[in-house]
Formats: sequence, C-alpha cells, structure tokens
Amino acid sequence: MGSAWWTYRPEDLLMFSPRVYERLFELHNQALWPAQLLALVLGGMALAVLLRPGPRGTRLVLMLLAVAWGFVAWAFLWQRYAPIHWGIAYIAPLFGFQALLLVALGSLRGGLRLPCHWSVRRGIGIGLFAYALALHPLIAVATGRGLSGAEVIGLTPDPLAMATLAVGAMAEPARRAWPLVIIPVFWCLQSWLTLDTLGERSAWLPLLAVAVALTARLWPSRQALR
Amino acid sequence: MTNPRPDPSRRKLLGGLLAATAVTALPSLIAPARAAEPLTRELPGTGAALPRVGLGSWITFNVGDDPVLLEECTEVMAAFFAEGGRLIDSSPMYGSSQATIGHALKRLGAVDRVYAADKVWTSSPSEGPEQIEASRQAWGIPRFDMLQVHNLLGWEGNLETLMAMKEAGEVRHLGITTSHGRRHGEVERIMQRVPLDSVQLTYNIVDREAEQRLLPLARERGIGVIANRPFQQKRLIRRLEDKPLPPWAAEIAAETWAQFILKFIISHPAVTCAIPATTQVVHVRENLAAAREPLPDDAMRNRMADYVRNL
Repeated sequence: MGSAWWTYRPEDLLMFSPRVYERLFELHNQALWPAQLLALVLGGMALAVLLRPGPRGTRLVLMLLAVAWGFVAWAFLWQRYAPIHWGIAYIAPLFGFQALLLVALGSLRGGLRLPCHWSVRRGIGIGLFAYALALHPLIAVATGRGLSGAEVIGLTPDPLAMATLAVGAMAEPARRAWPLVIIPVFWCLQSWLTLDTLGERSAWLPLLAVAVALTARLWPSRQALR
Repeated sequence: MTNPRPDPSRRKLLGGLLAATAVTALPSLIAPARAAEPLTRELPGTGAALPRVGLGSWITFNVGDDPVLLEECTEVMAAFFAEGGRLIDSSPMYGSSQATIGHALKRLGAVDRVYAADKVWTSSPSEGPEQIEASRQAWGIPRFDMLQVHNLLGWEGNLETLMAMKEAGEVRHLGITTSHGRRHGEVERIMQRVPLDSVQLTYNIVDREAEQRLLPLARERGIGVIANRPFQQKRLIRRLEDKPLPPWAAEIAAETWAQFILKFIISHPAVTCAIPATTQVVHVRENLAAAREPLPDDAMRNRMADYVRNL
C-alpha cells in the first residue's frame, strides 16, 4: 500500500465486489453439503449443554468450538477467502491460535466453567449462541441472498465468532474467559467493516454481537450485587 | 435447515447453458467486429502505439476460482479485444486478478494480442524478481510489456530491478504508479531523475491535480501517462448518472457519462490511455467507443469540466 496508508478509506481498500463475496458462501456451501446439517446438529448439542452445563459438557463445547475454528481457518479463510483478499492470510493463523486456546481451556481441569443458574449474563450468552446457531443462517434469506448463501455455524466465521463470544461472555472465571473473546471481537469488527463497505444491510449484526457479548461479560454478577 | 444448495431453476439452467455456449464461442468472438479501430497514442519514445482506452482489473477481476465469474471475466476480455483494446493492467496486490487474466488469455488464445502491464508490489526489492515471475506465470505470458512499481513501494530498489530487466530484454517498458492523488511530489522527483517510460496516476474530470505539474512534466520528459480511477471506482458515475448530459456532448459523440469522462481524460495531450475496469461487456464496448473521433479540444475540455463542476 505504500506510505500514508492511513489516508485510504475502507472502500479504497476493498478488493472484491459484493457479488464475489456472496458467491464465496454459495460455493462453500455447495462444496460442503450436507456438512451444514452435521454442523447444525453439533451446534444444537452445544446449545443443549449450555442449557444444562457440567464439566464434561463444558469440555465438549470448547472442543467443538476448537475444531470449528480450525476448520474455518483452513476450509473457508485459507481455501476460499485468502485468494481474493491477501489480508486474510494474516488472519487465518489467528483462527488457529483461537482453536489452540479453546483446546487449552478445555484441557485444563476446571479451566472454564459454564454457569448453571439463570442470570442476565447467562441469559444473554445463551440467547446469542442460539441466534448464531439458528437465526444467523437465515439472514442470507432476509437480505435476498437465499439459503444457498447461508452462513452456518462451524463452517463460516461470523456465526462461529458470535457463538464463541456467547460462551466467552458467560463462562467463569472471567480472567480465563476474557482471552477467549479477543479474536472473535476482532473478527466481528473486521466483518462489520467489510460488510458495511460492501453496502450489506446486515453489516451491523457482527457489531451488535460484540456489543451484546461485552455487555453480558461486564454485567455485574449476583455476588457483586450483594 | 433446508438444503442450502442453489435452486437449479429453469432460468438458471438456461442461463448457464447460454453462458457456456457463449464462452465456447469466445475465441471467434474476439475477431474484430467493430466499426473502426480505437484511436491510439504512442508511449513516448518507444514506438509502441496503444489504444487510448485500456482495461483495469482492480476489484472487477478478483473472482477467485469461481467458474461462473471467471467465464464472465473472459467474456469481458473477449469484448475488449474485439473492440480493439490491448492494454490490460493488473498487480499482485489485486487478489486473484492476475490469474483471472491468465485464464481468459488462455481461453481466448489472446496472449499475442494483449499489451500486458503489471506491477511489482513489495517493500523488499530482493523479493521483486520472484514476485514478477509469479505474476508472469499467473498471466501465462512469455514476458510483460510493462512493469511498474506499485504505489512507489520500495521504488528505488524495485526500479533497479526493472531497469536491469529492461536492459536484458525481459520487459519492454517500465514505470511507476500512484493513485488517489497521493505522493505527487515524490512522483515528480522520480520523473525528473529516472528514465521512465510511463507513470500511472489518478486523473479524471474532477481529480485534476496532475494537470498542475505531473502531466506537463510527462510531456517535457517524454513519459507516457496511464490514467487510473477514471470513474473514481464508480463513485463519479453514480454522482452523475441521474443528471442530464449536456446537449453539446453530441459534438464529441459522447452518448453516456462514461464516454464523456473518458473523452475528457484521453484528450489531454499528455495522457497515453485511461484504464477503466468493468465486469460488464456492454461497458467495455461503451468505454472503447470513447476512444474514437471526435475528441474534445482545449475549449471543449474546459466547457466539460465547468459543466461537471456546476452540476
């Protein structure tokens, strides 16, 4: 880009057209079908664990997320996105790092706990996870792209980042949960910027997911309120 | 969840069949079917006469390995060659654009028709030769006609590489690029010091800073000028499209705003060619048609600029 790169506007740096971006998801879905069904079933299992958590269930959720981050890094970012956006080659390793972080937290005894009692934080977290799993794929329909362009949890980055934000927002202890949300927040912010620059009507959703997750994470716990 | 595969509707299937038929016939489509050749201008001091309108590839040709979009780009290039176009410009910074061009050149059998202009884009000049070779392979051509230092990145070392390549006959012409009106002072200093064949910069009917120093200097030094961002990446067209063309646009045979703008750019005596990018065959034809007589004289150019300024 040369010097004075900060004087460029986002639209000056956008390397592809909205149609090419939409086709990314269509081709990805075509290539992976019927993996979408498996991803949704596994996502549903993870949601069930969030509703009735336990140590083994927590580990399962973290491991499922870890596999998904690794898969999306390779199958979506590296194979599909990086050829049309050289910046993605620098982001894909972050997804690998996130996968390792999830594995580490899932392997530590008592590394991360999911709350079992209802609270505002837990309610928001579960709601955000449910959105990423069940509603976010339908955004493609609502914005006219059709189900062929659906972004499915575990296979594409946005719903995966949102689901991870949801887990990071409600998990305890906070000192171990915070690192979990850094890369998802970064991804959602860059996704918002990309979608907004492309003129996509759904651009605000990743930004909203970050706001919701941070609100939940920062919401005072019951002990703190006492 | 419902099957997310695309619905193979009859319309889509028929569309696909028609596209496939058209693409199969592409090599014959690039045979000249135009009323007249586009106007050309010599890249100063080189003997290379280039059509006054070329083809850019920023964004438009960055389609990855999407087979549908690759064939659409191939159709655009087929129309470009059929209308007499030659110069296509790309860069390793443009994602998969180089590979798209290479795909189309191979499909069209048009390697010998293209004037291949690419760039070296690295801050480490030692990596330049390797990057240039990767670019050449992506295009699938024996050598580049023009290589330019992209946005002055590592320009001193990269220009040394390009000058050595030119000396060795591995590239015909060399240049530098900038865009968005940036770093004109540095561009000017390089133009004064280095024997360039071309400088690429942003110039159009509203971005006219280059008229102050760079375009006069290019004429004085015998350096060609390639005008990028002729439509400000569509922004200029969007701004003007709901406004009426002046009735006197007919005097220069400008039937659309795109032609109005392109005729303004390429009629500047220092400008060798403009390089609009597009994904549509109809726009390629419209753009190449702008490179035909009549072009505006100085008085008309001032009138055109005043008209746009006052809209």
